[in-house]
Amino acid sequence: MTGSSENKTELALEINDLTVSYKDKPVLWDIDLEIPQGALVGIIGPNGAGKTTLIKSVLGLLKPVAGSARILGLEIEQGIKKIAYVPQRGSVDWDFPATVFDVVQMGTYGKLGWFRRPSAREKKLTQDALEKVGIYELSNRQISQLSGGQQQRVFLARALVQHAEIYLMDEPFQGVDSVTEQSIVELLRGLRNQGATALVVHHDLQTVKEYFDWVVLLNVRKIAAGPVHEVFTDANLKLTFGSRVSLGGIALV
Amino acid sequence: MTQAQIEIQLLAMATAVACSLCGVFLVLRRMTLMSDAISHTVLLGIVIAYFMTGDLASPWLIVGATTSGVLTVLMVESLQKTGVVREDAAIGLVFPALFSIAVLLISIFSRNVHLDMDSVLVGKIALAPLPSRRMEIWGYDFGPKSLMLMVAIIIMNLGFIFVFFKELKVSTFDPAFSKAIGFNPYWIHLGLILSVSTTAVASFDAVGSILVVALMAGPAATAYLLTDKLSNMLAWSCIIGMASAVLGYWLAHFLDASISGSMSTITGIIFGFTFLFAPERGLLSVWNRNKVRNRKFKLALLLLHLTQHEGTIREEEECHIESLHLHLRWDEYEARSVAFEAVETYCATQENKVLKLTPKGRIIALESLQLGTNLN
Amino acid sequence: MFESLSVPGLGSVLAGTAILGFLCGTVGTFAVLRKQSLMGDAISHACLPGLILSFIIFNSKDSWLLILGAAISGTIAALIVLGITRFSRVKEDSSLAITLSVFFGFGLMLLTWVQRRPDAAQAGLTRFLFGQAATLMDRDVWFLATIAIPCLLIIFLFWKQFQLVCFDRSFAQSLGISVSLFEILLSLLLVMVIVVGLETVGVVLMSALLVAPAVAARQWTNKLGHMAILAGLFGSFSGIAGAILSNMGKTSIPTGPVIVLFITLIVLLSILFAPARGIVWYQFKHWRDSKILHLDSVLANLSSLAREHSGKQYGHSIAMLKEISSNPSGVPGSVQKLTELGLVKEVEKGFFIPTSKGVEYLAEKTSHMGAN
Repeated sequence: MTGSSENKTELALEINDLTVSYKDKPVLWDIDLEIPQGALVGIIGPNGAGKTTLIKSVLGLLKPVAGSARILGLEIEQGIKKIAYVPQRGSVDWDFPATVFDVVQMGTYGKLGWFRRPSAREKKLTQDALEKVGIYELSNRQISQLSGGQQQRVFLARALVQHAEIYLMDEPFQGVDSVTEQSIVELLRGLRNQGATALVVHHDLQTVKEYFDWVVLLNVRKIAAGPVHEVFTDANLKLTFGSRVSLGGIALV
Repeated sequence: MTQAQIEIQLLAMATAVACSLCGVFLVLRRMTLMSDAISHTVLLGIVIAYFMTGDLASPWLIVGATTSGVLTVLMVESLQKTGVVREDAAIGLVFPALFSIAVLLISIFSRNVHLDMDSVLVGKIALAPLPSRRMEIWGYDFGPKSLMLMVAIIIMNLGFIFVFFKELKVSTFDPAFSKAIGFNPYWIHLGLILSVSTTAVASFDAVGSILVVALMAGPAATAYLLTDKLSNMLAWSCIIGMASAVLGYWLAHFLDASISGSMSTITGIIFGFTFLFAPERGLLSVWNRNKVRNRKFKLALLLLHLTQHEGTIREEEECHIESLHLHLRWDEYEARSVAFEAVETYCATQENKVLKLTPKGRIIALESLQLGTNLN
Repeated sequence: MFESLSVPGLGSVLAGTAILGFLCGTVGTFAVLRKQSLMGDAISHACLPGLILSFIIFNSKDSWLLILGAAISGTIAALIVLGITRFSRVKEDSSLAITLSVFFGFGLMLLTWVQRRPDAAQAGLTRFLFGQAATLMDRDVWFLATIAIPCLLIIFLFWKQFQLVCFDRSFAQSLGISVSLFEILLSLLLVMVIVVGLETVGVVLMSALLVAPAVAARQWTNKLGHMAILAGLFGSFSGIAGAILSNMGKTSIPTGPVIVLFITLIVLLSILFAPARGIVWYQFKHWRDSKILHLDSVLANLSSLAREHSGKQYGHSIAMLKEISSNPSGVPGSVQKLTELGLVKEVEKGFFIPTSKGVEYLAEKTSHMGAN
């Protein structure tokens, strides 16, 4: 694995012996993982492989049976402040009474503490994020009146507002048009060039090489993790998805 | 026991059975709260039918009440279909409104009539054996009218379930499939609502609206914790319903308190007891099972941990019995006891406080790994 | 004893129902958004045993003690509902129904048992069931206000947190907000509001006062803040209107049902006529959209027909357009409308071509469709 302790900079993410179970079924089995800073990481695996679980455990939303995660060398409770989380689009009620602006502004709440309200500064941050993802003109729309791609951009903007060092994204390309997909990838590259790290749960094997520098292959256990050109091989994919999948012809069931 | 006491208990049991039969389907179809709504809104039907006929004993009251029960459900469903209101809110809107209309009608137009509100919620089962409420045909006493009515309702419900058993089963467990094999689950849905409404109306007079809810939800949900089979669930539900009726009656008798109140209390106690102690799904047995599983799980995890660091430079550190808890993030005491168990069961041996896998331990670890990957 | 001497003024009744209505509306907003509309119903029924137990234990009718008892049993009931749903296969609807009916039945049993005791005052079940807004006095208004102000203050202070927790739980957690703390706080607010409201509107109608104002308010706004305030105002308004209406007649009409009917009327009007979300408005928009869509399709047909011929001025007849339209009967009207808009012109009698403006319009339309 890369980045054995000679490197002075902290790892973005360090996961040790992480095991998570749902009731008595293991969802993640003894995962060890070290993600360097400044990488665009794709998390790949079949349905039920524990991709979302991995992200949620890093955030402390799920309590592991064993093992731990460290974020930029910090315990989860402190490290979480350096993370921006983009949940799956289907996880919220889009009929909620909120405008695009409202939702994006929620990203600023973490730094506001218990009682402070968003002020002009937060409004400006929100506005900037909206412009960055290209939906500023939709600011006052109710969020259910958006297309799938636009809704994903709202979530992305909400994460950008946090000015985090690590971005955890759960299937940001699900049900999104190709224009949005491209612009999300562009944004992620921009973030990486500024030194941020992004972990993205991803489904489309064909775009992995194009989008990511790093890849984590997951199927309850960690199959492999490392730079794309080293790890994203036919053999590893077979181990991850079973024999039906290969890089040449993709036949996901 | 006097004859009156026996008759009251029979009536209570009959009501419980009638309600439990419908309740099973309500619980399975996640529409138990419809019984709450229906049992309140039947009052409106009763009031309107009463104003039209002027007779509190008229059979039109039952027709009116059943109609308003069915209407309630249809209103809730059409409100939901607009897409602006969710189901829970729709129920919460419709039944208080219809109930309010009924209360207002009563308080404005029928101050002198015997339709007092308390009995609506509480029922008057204790009055059932009175001479004025008996069914006499050709001078022969058939017992309380409401008992006869309840028996008729039971027969109706049983008939419905018997004739449409297959359809009910399919449409309850797999509505999409039932559409695919060519019959519309909506008709079964309507039939069920009709039978719930009729049952609610008939029971309402005896036990009041709140107990109708208790009898529809309680025994059926208890049965749901005891069995997986639909027919068993129906049987259990009826048995539990009857038991609540009899026990509730005697509780009320000793406390000199409301019969329907005591019956619902007993329903709750039986449910609570089952919830805690049911053999398969009770809280205690689930917790026990989880504890055992968790232990097995942790043992496998420990062994897996050992396989991963076997023969590596960090083995000394990672597999040392005193630092295990740091790597696995377990409680120190727990880590030690799991390690102890591993040694006890010949899955691992100790060398200078460092755990080493035995062949048996390696097999278990690999098997658990297999289990992990096959779960998908 | 003195209570029966002082005739309650309409003023205190109005003030009381207004405060209560506002409180129910705002707190209910969160309950509805968290899909807990019927939790209110369960909690309000479950207050009965606590109320009576505290009466039995302290043998006093002091409001604070009764309310404390009611609040405790309401909270226990809410926890039981959550516990049953979480720890067994029984679904939420059943656990709500069981908790509601069993607690209420238990309360009923206690009540009938107490009433047999000679020293027990005939604590009216009817009052608990249907409320007696008409007897609200100054003292009750102060009481309501002392509960309402802290409740509203809590909502104001923790606005951000409540908003996040209701909208996106896991995101809230990822910001380091203690989600369960605020969920518990919201549930406690719900219990408080129900407990103080019971005396005024009664058990059965309590849930309506929590659900209805929120549903109505949702129709008029897309902002949570506006929704909460609007719901409060709707609640207040129907409280006041209900109190006035029920006091108008010579015979006293119970206030609770009148309030509920009033707020239900507001809901109905809102669901039908509110802009954007109202059904009537929505249908109208749908109809208008389909009209525009038809215009577009006729224009598109005309321009693709025109493109098939190299000669630009080659027009096409309405009959021809009807042949290829999905809704032929609308074609003449649409062509006329398009001509009026200047998107189409008649080159010779009965033959039409798209104008340059029409071609431009069409090009813009198609580029828009692609961008999304």
